[in-house]
Amino acid sequence: MGATAIVVLRLRSLFAVVMLSGIYSFLAASMFVALDAVDVAFTEAAVGAGISTVLMLATLALTGSRERIPVHTPPLPLLVVLVTGAALIYATFDMPAFGDPAAPANLHVAPRYLGDSGHEIGIPNVVTSVLASYRGYDTLGEVTVIFTAGVAVMLLLGGRRGQDAGRKRGDDDAGDAV
Amino acid sequence: MYAMATFAVLVALGIALVRAFLGPTVFDRVLAVNSVGTKTVLLIALLGFLMGRPEFLDIAIAYALINFIGVVAVLKFVKYGDFAHSGEELGGER
Repeated sequence: MGATAIVVLRLRSLFAVVMLSGIYSFLAASMFVALDAVDVAFTEAAVGAGISTVLMLATLALTGSRERIPVHTPPLPLLVVLVTGAALIYATFDMPAFGDPAAPANLHVAPRYLGDSGHEIGIPNVVTSVLASYRGYDTLGEVTVIFTAGVAVMLLLGGRRGQDAGRKRGDDDAGDAV
Repeated sequence: MYAMATFAVLVALGIALVRAFLGPTVFDRVLAVNSVGTKTVLLIALLGFLMGRPEFLDIAIAYALINFIGVVAVLKFVKYGDFAHSGEELGGER
């Protein structure tokens, strides 16, 4: 995965970069499966390797497929990135060990979800009952945000086409009148 | 046996990755992406059996479908330059 990312950074042919990012998504999906996070891997493969490859290719059809060679390689951003990364890695030393049953996240509400959600909510899948019932308002908010984004995209894309169609029709009418 | 097969698939994955990095033409890379996708499907199926969870086979099948659609889209882009063609107007005005 690291090698793929480095090659993506070094290549200038954007088509090859799109291909390699698809490969990167597949590798990340295999890694998630190996870490036993099958649902995350599924999302990664569907969105990363499937949809976003197609979307990036559609963008390439509108723009050029070569990247300009950057004129400067400033060392200051590299320094900032290195310091931030080091700080984040240092922060992970304070985290509880992976899968630690005494971690705070596993002690607060998780036992109640695991133990009682079956007869409190009546859904056999714990994740579903958490998302749809315990955090119902949260999920409602997320659905509202996604719906708003979808409406905005449809307005942006569909509205322009409607205007174009109207103008064309107007031209046709004018031609008929002449 | 599953471990050996997984190792072999990993080696094949590495070789396909090398071809994707070096590949001089577009089609080398498209083929490499397809190959990596196929290797991922095999890897997930093998990992499922290796970890004693054969349900992973369903996920592997879904990956195969995603891989297929992705490669078809990419090849269509390479041939026509955009996605708006139906494919029936081959040798049309473009």
